[in-house]
Amino acid sequence: MTLQAAPTTTAASLQTARPEWLDGLWLIVPTLLIVVGMMVAPLAGIVLVSFWSQTGFDIQRDWNLDNYRILFTAEGALYRILILKSLWMSLTATIAVVLLAYPMAYFMAFRIERAKLIWIILLTVPFWTSYLLRIFAWKVILGFNGVINSGLKFIGVIDKPLEFLLYNPASVTITLAHAWAAYAVLPIYVSLEKIDRSYLEAATDLGDSKWKRFWRITFPLSLPGTIAATLLVFIPTVGDYITPTLVGGTSGIMIGNSIVTQFGKANNAPLGAALSCVMMLAITLAVCAFLAVIGRKRLKAADI
Amino acid sequence: MTQPANSRPMISLQSVSKRFGNFAAVDSATFDIAPGEFFSLLGPSGCGKTTLLRMIGGFERQSEGDILIDGEPMGIRPPNQRPTNMVFQSYAIFPHLDIAENIAYGLVNRGFDKATISKKVAQALEMVRLGGLGNRRTNQISGGQRQRVALARAIVCEPKVLLLDEPLGALDKKLREEMQIELRQLQKSLGITFIFVTHDQEEALSLSDRIAVMARGQVLQIDTATALYERPNCREVAGFIGNMNFFEGRISSVANGVAAIEIGPGQHVRVAASGSSAPGQVAILAIRPEKIDAAATMPQGNGSISANVIKARALAGSYLGDRSLILAEWREGTAPVSVSLQNRKAQIGAETFAAEAPIWLTWPVEAGVLLNN
Amino acid sequence: METLRKHCTLLSLFAVLYLAFLYVPVLLLPLFSFNDNIYVTLPLKGFTLKWYENLLANSSLQAAIWASIKVGVGVASISTVLGLMAARAMTRYRLPFRRSIYALIMLPLVIPYMVIGVSSLVILRRALDVDLSLWTVGLSHVLITVPLSMLVLMARMEGFDRSLEEASRDLGDSAWTSFRRVTLPLVMPGIVSSLLLCFITSFDEYLLAFFLAGSETTLPIFIFGSLRFPAKIPDVLALGSLILMVSIVLVVFAEWLRRRGVAGSDSSVI
Repeated sequence: MTLQAAPTTTAASLQTARPEWLDGLWLIVPTLLIVVGMMVAPLAGIVLVSFWSQTGFDIQRDWNLDNYRILFTAEGALYRILILKSLWMSLTATIAVVLLAYPMAYFMAFRIERAKLIWIILLTVPFWTSYLLRIFAWKVILGFNGVINSGLKFIGVIDKPLEFLLYNPASVTITLAHAWAAYAVLPIYVSLEKIDRSYLEAATDLGDSKWKRFWRITFPLSLPGTIAATLLVFIPTVGDYITPTLVGGTSGIMIGNSIVTQFGKANNAPLGAALSCVMMLAITLAVCAFLAVIGRKRLKAADI
Repeated sequence: MTQPANSRPMISLQSVSKRFGNFAAVDSATFDIAPGEFFSLLGPSGCGKTTLLRMIGGFERQSEGDILIDGEPMGIRPPNQRPTNMVFQSYAIFPHLDIAENIAYGLVNRGFDKATISKKVAQALEMVRLGGLGNRRTNQISGGQRQRVALARAIVCEPKVLLLDEPLGALDKKLREEMQIELRQLQKSLGITFIFVTHDQEEALSLSDRIAVMARGQVLQIDTATALYERPNCREVAGFIGNMNFFEGRISSVANGVAAIEIGPGQHVRVAASGSSAPGQVAILAIRPEKIDAAATMPQGNGSISANVIKARALAGSYLGDRSLILAEWREGTAPVSVSLQNRKAQIGAETFAAEAPIWLTWPVEAGVLLNN
Repeated sequence: METLRKHCTLLSLFAVLYLAFLYVPVLLLPLFSFNDNIYVTLPLKGFTLKWYENLLANSSLQAAIWASIKVGVGVASISTVLGLMAARAMTRYRLPFRRSIYALIMLPLVIPYMVIGVSSLVILRRALDVDLSLWTVGLSHVLITVPLSMLVLMARMEGFDRSLEEASRDLGDSAWTSFRRVTLPLVMPGIVSSLLLCFITSFDEYLLAFFLAGSETTLPIFIFGSLRFPAKIPDVLALGSLILMVSIVLVVFAEWLRRRGVAGSDSSVI
């Protein structure tokens, strides 16, 4: 008798029971609140502000496209050039970082048998110093009285310091390439390490030479890590402020400096907001273009 | 179904289903398991047997229905409030604890004092023949020993029902056979209800009191090993357990409890009829390879009431030591019939039947099973 | 064979040069921090500890360090707790919109700090009229460290057999006891890594602090300010060397802890 009655009661309790994922939702809600409060809302805010305008000390809260008009007409040529220049500097720095990081990651994944961890630690230790000081170290190296100039003068190679070392786009690129090295090596290393060694043996078995094997197996399989590395370095460096400020001089200035100026000295937050939006848009477009190119290449490779 | 009479079932599943969207991992399972029974859930991977086990243990929540353990409805009770314990497929031995601490894990929750716990742990270790290994770390013992630790850890909690999720799957063949015997002895001496999930039919047949055969979330048949083998209730069960030959056709007549099935033009085979058999029905005759006899010449008494005879063409034979397996085709385009012959005499089996030679297959009427489609 | 060896040595040479490229600029800091010259220039003049002594006397530096430690510890603890919860939600529940939620939480990693900084500034100052302080810096640091913590802890949680947790529930643990007795000990190395990573990220972060600290000064703000005055540079070098040293000690300590954790759970006889 009781057995007959039981299912109906528990069927009711099943219906009233919370779905299991609700417990999981509570666990993640605090984090989502932080993300929404500190990122989604501010980003929405800055998009909003970019449609306002600044006159004197007052912000006009009527919707208008003044800032964007400035940025996309002759008036804003300087800003556009600056954005393109920033993208270009980041791109060169990113290419340099990835090109240098790839062989290093390859070395760690394939040549180091034991003590891989030691190499990982060795690689990351320089990055435990302050980012500021890592950048500053390059000022010390490249500066007017810096290590290179004073060293060369000391041994008599030059008698006047070389001025072209510091305060230009190239010094920014070198500095960025150094500062972001670990961000590139580690993802590439991880994706190389994941490659099943029997794939490589199979490729050799099927007649590939070492180079051919690299381009047909190793490199395509390491693409996820390499793409991640590229994006991890490219995206943040476009908006970098510290590096151009410390080692860029006037010619090595980047869009980040300009945004800071708008929010600071120039006191034109709406224009700064619009600049930020355009910068993000530019980064997004650049990333999409990059992924599209990679995607098409991969497809082509797959067709062969 | 064979059900021990006049005792309350230990487990009672009442239309238990587990759905993921439109997909039913377990579809309305309803059956009872008696106290002290060694009950197996058998089926190919993905048939829902593990999901069903995990619902009994409380690791998955059923979408519909309820599970009663010892008369108590479980509803959505978490695993720690159920009188069940589980031996996991991966064993789930805690790596940060030693062997004794692993076994004591559940006892701590039952509020025993330290002396009792260590006494019970020592007993449990003895029971699974790991005496003296309590201080070992989990990575210092072999796979078979890990399996015993998992078993001891669950049994020491004195569950009403022990759930075993393919516990022998990770062991090599020899060790598996040893553990099967130990498991069966342990179950007999403890008297605990075991629910055992496996995809290995031999394991299920040799260990279990009863077996539920599952496929695609459905429980197809629940029976003893003998009944499953001798009287499968559908083609799927028949095919999954052991080897089976099928002859498809239409019932042409039913007389004296024997149905004649027309499996080809003018070709009839006879089999014990079921209650619902009626002429015109589509039907399948299932016959085990070892129940068929083969002869190179037309057997005498052909056409007698008590035996079926089919003339076929030998395709291939293989000698397997104790027996020979012969494949024969009785009609173009049908699956070959496999025949298993005991090699009791020398010179029998594979060599007797040259390929392409005619072969007569015979079997008693009562050896076949009638399956409705 | 021969080409292989040549290949191998070339690559090794590259690896060594690459490490040199990473280390030389960084090691210049300690080198010049002991140099008895106010200008950072060759040749070296002589050994001195006076730049380190200056640090001891610098109260505004000490205030900045203290501020950064406060923010860093707070951020590391909060982010690790949030990351632990989020990682658990991600790995143990069938969340609706799981991928979108994951992408949203990871998004701060691929948005330039510049944008996060100015937009937070706009919303906090103009919309909410919140006074800028170390709290606002901390909040933005939580935003950028939570994804790191979640990544580290998700990897750790996915790394161990889920049935371990089920086994503990099966053996009578409630959800919370199971977490405490099984999950926590097993993810502990990940927690240590997360704490360290979040602390260092926050401790080192300049741009968000620059926008959101108001009148407060964190260590990176202090350092950035000092770099404009040549006279203060040797002090900064000494400070940088100390940070480097402490960082190395911390990393080695964390690694040792992690290894001990591993040895305690699933490694060899010794």
